[in-house]
Amino acid sequence: MTTTTHTPALPRRAGRGTRLVRRTQASPMAYAFLVVVLLGSGFPLWWSFVIGSKDSAAIVQDPYSLVPGGHFLQNASTVVTTIPFWKALGNSVLVSTTVAALVVLFSALAGFAFAKLRFRGRNGLLVFVIATMAVPTQLGIVPLFIVMSTLGWIGSLWAVILPSAVSAFGVFWMTQYLQEALPDELIEAAQVDGASTLRTFWSVALPAARPGAAMLGLFTFIATWTNFFWPFIILDPGNPTLPVALQQLQAAYFVDYSLVLAGVVLMALPLIVLFVFAGKQLVSGIMQGAVKG
Amino acid sequence: MSIQSPSQSPSQPASPSPSLATSTPGAEAPAPVDRSPITPRAGWRRRLTRVDEKASPYAYVSPFFILFGVVGLFPLLYTAYVSLHRWSLIGGQGDFVGLKNYADVLAQPYFWNALKNTISIFLLSSVPQVIAALLIAAALDSGLRGRTFWRMGVLLPYVVAPVAVALIFSDLFGDKFGLVNHLLGLVGIDPVQWHKEVLPSHVAIATMVNFRWTGYNALIFLAAMQAIPRDYYEAAMIDGAGRVRTFFSITVPQLRATIIFVVITSTIGGLQIFDEPRMYDQYGLGGADRQWQTLTLYLYQLGWTQKNFGRAAAVAWMLFLVVVLFALLNFLVTRRIASKGQR
Repeated sequence: MTTTTHTPALPRRAGRGTRLVRRTQASPMAYAFLVVVLLGSGFPLWWSFVIGSKDSAAIVQDPYSLVPGGHFLQNASTVVTTIPFWKALGNSVLVSTTVAALVVLFSALAGFAFAKLRFRGRNGLLVFVIATMAVPTQLGIVPLFIVMSTLGWIGSLWAVILPSAVSAFGVFWMTQYLQEALPDELIEAAQVDGASTLRTFWSVALPAARPGAAMLGLFTFIATWTNFFWPFIILDPGNPTLPVALQQLQAAYFVDYSLVLAGVVLMALPLIVLFVFAGKQLVSGIMQGAVKG
Repeated sequence: MSIQSPSQSPSQPASPSPSLATSTPGAEAPAPVDRSPITPRAGWRRRLTRVDEKASPYAYVSPFFILFGVVGLFPLLYTAYVSLHRWSLIGGQGDFVGLKNYADVLAQPYFWNALKNTISIFLLSSVPQVIAALLIAAALDSGLRGRTFWRMGVLLPYVVAPVAVALIFSDLFGDKFGLVNHLLGLVGIDPVQWHKEVLPSHVAIATMVNFRWTGYNALIFLAAMQAIPRDYYEAAMIDGAGRVRTFFSITVPQLRATIIFVVITSTIGGLQIFDEPRMYDQYGLGGADRQWQTLTLYLYQLGWTQKNFGRAAAVAWMLFLVVVLFALLNFLVTRRIASKGQR
């Protein structure tokens, strides 16, 4: 029972009994470490507010002060008039909401079929869906641009919405979710009652899928809201989404960082508000997805 | 009574064909076929139900497959076609030139520079990130008070757009008046030229990626850690293993599949990195001497600045190969590392 030989690097602090208890209670070290991590994840946001609330004179005077200045509203109003901010905000809301709704609808439909209906080729198609999750579709931008150009959709929000409206991950997620959340008996009962499969989907599967669908919608909304590469390529400067507008702001005001970071705050704010209300769901969504994936 | 064999009653009544019965193995066959109340229903209705059951699954999965084909698969394959032609953003398709675009790109030092930068930034972001995420997950898994608060706290950066993150960190890593250089100065380190030198610029960009994704991945690891049976830890503790030892001998090997998943996902995303290097300065070319120009940034420059779609498509295809290659490599390497402690 010379237990110490296994752990030469560690000083023995206490007997076995105490250790078993200690596992269920976090050590002060864990708290200290996490406090540092949280400071790290919050600080850059605080910093952008600090800089975004000063005028350039104040920044020159004391560039490293962590206390915000009083110019945020002034900076914000300059930002709003320099770039088409309200237009960008409206576009971002429109695009993100539409994409989230479409992804949830298409994924729930396909997930319902994969999870609860029998059809020839089901397994093969599902494997195909899973395989496409690993395909870097972003690399198809050259032909995608050619297609959009042929359709005359350059600058149109549809050119942003449509490519994002398809999500292999979403189909996979909803398939997994419905397999667990929707008992076969419910489907069978609906069929006994003579419901068509579409009716079964609408009245039985969709209500059961609601929590999973809400999470998928939330993640899709965030991903679309923060998306930059493709909108940057396809949208006109006069009709941007928020990330694209932020790039315009940077191009216009690179020397004046207080304005750029005030714009960053304006842009980050909606999602931070969303995070305050839905952060818990995001956490459990990631953790559920991890267990299943 | 309907609980006994509910799966058969809707499709089977009065149907003489045995094919349907064989397709539902769960319930027993000699069910009350004759007593079913649906028997007298009209034939057309039954046929309609059968058509519905046969065809509708395909209808439900088709929006995904059609759309994916149009906006995902087709562009990817068509990239190969474009890459074999002279093709301009403005003039459109030109002559077939075979592999000339590939040869041209491969002959450019800029391509190799971009490849090097991409891999360097990727390594600087993925390796420390996975390690940090594992440590954070272990801390989150240690029976904290107010665990929702801590979990939400580490996830906060995820909701900040990469574009915004890049602008914030570009300021923090300012060459002259940046906060990072100021702090380095306090401990006696000379200012680093974050926007001029190659490696420092890669470190700055990798920091942006790590900032946004470490907490997200920590939560994935946390979920997997919580699925590890607690008896393993108790057995290890009885054997006298300490926390560090337990972490490396039990936690890490048990997380093998999850680590592979996280590494492969971050490989696919990391090698295509665009937003952060694009926004690191206002010109968006990846630095005056292309110090931090990544492959996607190079692709963008070829296609939309030089308007040479043929070459841009060639770069896209090669980047695709790099991604696949790295994903495979990662898979093999992580599997070996993670399984080392398992024996």
